[in-house]
Amino acid sequence: MRYFCLAFGLMLWTTSAATALDIEEQRLFPGTGDRVLRVLSTTDLDLFAPYILSFQEVRPEISVDYTVVSSSDLHREIRDGAQFDLAISSAMDLQFQLANDGFAQPYRSDAIQNLPDWARWRDLIFAITAEPAVVVINTDRFSGLDLPATRQDLIALLRDNPDHFAGAVGTYDVRSSGLGYLFATQDDRATDAYWRLNEVMGRLEPQLYCCSGQMIDDVGSGRLALAYNVLGSYAADRLAADEGGRMQILQMQDFTNVMLRTVLIPTPAQNTEAAGAMIDVLTTLGMRDLPGEWPLPSLSLAGPLESSGLGPIRLGPALMVYLDPLNRRTFLTEWENAIEQQ
Amino acid sequence: MIKRRSIGRRLTLLLAAVAALLSALSWTMVTMLAREAAQRTQDNVLAASITTISETLRSEQGEIRLELPYAAFAMLGAISEDRVFYRVTVNEETLTGYSDLPSPDAGQQGQVMFGSDNYRGAAIRMAATRRVISAGDGPKLVTVTVAQTRDGAGAIAAELSQLAAILSVAFFAVAVALSAVVAATSLRPLNEIAAAVSRRGPSDLRPVQRAAPAELVPLLSALNRLMDRLRNSIRRSEDFIAEAAHRIRTPLATVRAQAEIALHTAQGDNDQERLRRIIRAVDESSRSAGQLLDHATVAFRTENLTRGRLDLAELAANTVAAVEPTASMRDIRLHLDATQAHIDGDAILLESAIRNVLDNAIKYSPEDTTVSLRITSDPDEARLEVCDEGPGLGEAPFDALTERFRRGANTAGIVGSGLGLTIVAEVLAAHGGRLELASSTNNERGGACVTFVLPSA
Ligand SMILES: Nc1ncnc2c1ncn2[C@@H]1O[C@H](COP(=O)(O)OP(=O)(O)OP(=O)(O)O)[C@@H](O)[C@H]1O
Ligand SMILES: [Mg+2]
Repeated sequence: MRYFCLAFGLMLWTTSAATALDIEEQRLFPGTGDRVLRVLSTTDLDLFAPYILSFQEVRPEISVDYTVVSSSDLHREIRDGAQFDLAISSAMDLQFQLANDGFAQPYRSDAIQNLPDWARWRDLIFAITAEPAVVVINTDRFSGLDLPATRQDLIALLRDNPDHFAGAVGTYDVRSSGLGYLFATQDDRATDAYWRLNEVMGRLEPQLYCCSGQMIDDVGSGRLALAYNVLGSYAADRLAADEGGRMQILQMQDFTNVMLRTVLIPTPAQNTEAAGAMIDVLTTLGMRDLPGEWPLPSLSLAGPLESSGLGPIRLGPALMVYLDPLNRRTFLTEWENAIEQQ
Repeated sequence: MIKRRSIGRRLTLLLAAVAALLSALSWTMVTMLAREAAQRTQDNVLAASITTISETLRSEQGEIRLELPYAAFAMLGAISEDRVFYRVTVNEETLTGYSDLPSPDAGQQGQVMFGSDNYRGAAIRMAATRRVISAGDGPKLVTVTVAQTRDGAGAIAAELSQLAAILSVAFFAVAVALSAVVAATSLRPLNEIAAAVSRRGPSDLRPVQRAAPAELVPLLSALNRLMDRLRNSIRRSEDFIAEAAHRIRTPLATVRAQAEIALHTAQGDNDQERLRRIIRAVDESSRSAGQLLDHATVAFRTENLTRGRLDLAELAANTVAAVEPTASMRDIRLHLDATQAHIDGDAILLESAIRNVLDNAIKYSPEDTTVSLRITSDPDEARLEVCDEGPGLGEAPFDALTERFRRGANTAGIVGSGLGLTIVAEVLAAHGGRLELASSTNNERGGACVTFVLPSA
C-alpha cells in the first residue's frame, strides 16, 4: 500500500524536487507505424485497454504507450513538464487546476462540440466518463441487517451495531488519495451528515485505503463489511468478476457524488494530432447512450442526474477551493480529529 | 467637355457621408460601452469574490487564518469559463495562492481596487482589497487578490460589438436610401420650376407664378425681373416701330398724292416714268409701314390675348366682304364655302391674318380667276383653306416664306413687304394653331393653297 506516495506537489510554490515516478502499470500497445502516443493515466490498465484497442482500430498506425500512476503523481508530472501527449485522471480537481494554471493545450473538434457544457471547460479539459461514489457492502456480513438507503440510515446502522462493524468499515485515506479527498470535500459541502458519519466511523477503528481497488477486494474477501465512497465503476467491474456474489453496491438516496474522469493535452505534448484523435474516440464512447460492453460508465448516465440537481461535480474554479493549502490543512485536521479517535 | 455636377448626387453623397460617420461613431461608442459594461460585470463579481474571501479572515492563536469559501470561486465559475488566480498576502508575504500573481496598486483599507495585467500568458482582470487584522505581534496588513482571465468579458464585448456593427451597416444602408429620397424631394421644386419655364412658348414672357421654397424665391424673382425687363424692352421697340411706321405713313400719303398730281400734269415720257417709279416706291414704303404697324399690333395683342368664342365662317365672311372691292377691280371672284366652325380667339388678330392671306391670293393671281375659301371642322380642329389659281408658291419648302421680309421669286412688279405670312404665322401660333402652305391640287394651272389650322372650341 502506498499510503504516503503523495508528496503533494499541488501548489506551484511548493514544487519539490521531482521524485522518481512511481509507475503502477505500463504497457506499449504497438501500432503499425512509428508514432507513439504517450498517455499518462490513473485508470487501471485492464479497465482502459479496450479503449486503446478501439482507438487503434481507427488509427492502427499509432502505438500507444500507456502508463498508470496515482492522481497526485500525474498532477506533479504534468506540472513539471513531463513529455506526455495525454493525461487522463479521475481527480477532476487536480485536472482542473492543471488546465486553469496553463498546463493544458486547447483542442477543438466536432466530437468535442457534442459534449454537454458541464462535460468540458474552455476547450482544455474534457470528461469521458461520469462515475458515482457508492457504498459497497459484503452481503454475508450484512445478513439480518437492514440495508441503509441514506447517510442517516448508515449512521444509525453503524451506531447501533458497534461490535458488528468494529474494524470492518473502510474508506479512503483522504490524506493520500486525491479522489478520496475530492469525494470527502464534496460530501462536506453537500451534507452535515458527513461529519457525523465520520464521527461514528472513527469510533469503529476504520480501515483507511489509498485506492478503490484494494477496498473492494477487502469487501469481497469479507475483511470489510462496508466500504464508503468507493468508485462505483471499479466496484461494478469487480462485482461482475465476483463469482460468489457476496458483494453489493448501494447508492445513497440522499445524494450521490458523481465524478468526471477527464482528459487533457499537456502543454509540452508533441503528438497533439494523435492525442486529439484519442480524445475524439474517448468522448464519442463517453457519449454513447447504452452502457454496452465498456468497463467505464458513459456520460449519458449523468444527464438525467444533471436535471435533477444531483449532477456531476462541476468543472469550474470552485474545485480549486479545497486544493488551497490552508483549506486543505483545516479540512484534514478536522477529518483526522473525526476519524482517528483512539 | 464640361462635367456637370449634380446637386442631387452631391447632396446624396454628403448625407451618406454623414450617415457613414454617424454609423462608425455609434459603432465605436457601442463597442466601447459594451467593453465597459462587460468589464464592470466582471469587476462586480471579482469584488464580490474578494469580499467573501476577506470576510473569512481572522486571527487564531496569533496566526492569520482564512478559509477560502466555496462560493468565492463558484460565483466566478458561474459567469464565464475564465481561468481564476488568487493570492492572499500578509505584510507582503504570500499566505496562500499564486505567489507571483501581481496585485493592483494599493488602495485605501477596505476599498476594492481593480487592475488589468498579464499573467501566465493571458490578459487578466484583478481585484484586490486590504484589511488590517491584529494578530499576536500587532496589526498586520492582509491583501486579498483575485484575478480572472478576460476571455468571457472579451467575448461578450466582441459579440455586442459585432451586433452593433451589423446594426450600423443596416443603419447606413437605410440612411443612404433615405438620403437619395431626401435629395430628390428637396430638388423637386427646382425641377418643377425648370420644367414649367421650359414648357413655355417662345414669346411667353409672363412672370412665373409658382409657390417656391424660400431658397428659390430669389432665383425666381430674379428670373421674373429679367423677363419683365425683356418684355418691356421688346414692347418698347415694338411701340417704337409702330410709332415710326405711323409717322412715316402720313407724309408718304402726301408725297403719293402730290406725285399723282404731278404725273397727270407731266409732259415728257421720261418725267412720267420717273414719277411712276416714285409712286411705286412710295407704295412699297407705305405698304411696309402698314405691315410693320400690323405686325406690332399682333405682337402687342398676342401678349395678352382677348379670347372669345368665334365662328371662323363669320370671320371669313366679314373679311371676304372687306376685300371684295379690291378683288372685283381685278375681276377675281371670291368663293366662300363655309360651315360653322367654332374657335376660341381674338377676332381682330384672326381677321388680320385672313385679310393677309386673301390679299396675297388676290395680289398674286392673274385677272379673271377664282379664289375659293373652304371651312371644315371636326371636334379637334377647324380648318380654313384659301386656294387660288395664281402662280403658286414656287419651290417647296415653303416654310421660309413665313420669315420676316421674305418675298418669293414671283413678286416682280407686285407691291409687298414680305411681312404678310409672318403676321399670319404669329397669329396662328398665338392661338395654338398652325399654318400649312401647299400647292393647289384643285386645278391644272396650279396655284397656292394656304390653310389655317386652329383648335376647335
Ligand atoms: N397666293 C400666293 N400666290 C403666289 N405666291 C404667294 C402667295 N402668297 C404668298 N406668296 C409668296 O410668298 C411671299 C411672301 O408673302 P407675304 O405675304 O409674306 O409677303 P408679300 O405679300 O410679298 O408682302 P406683304 O407684306 O405686302 O403681304 C410673297 O412674296 C410671294 O412670293
Ligand atoms: Mg402678302
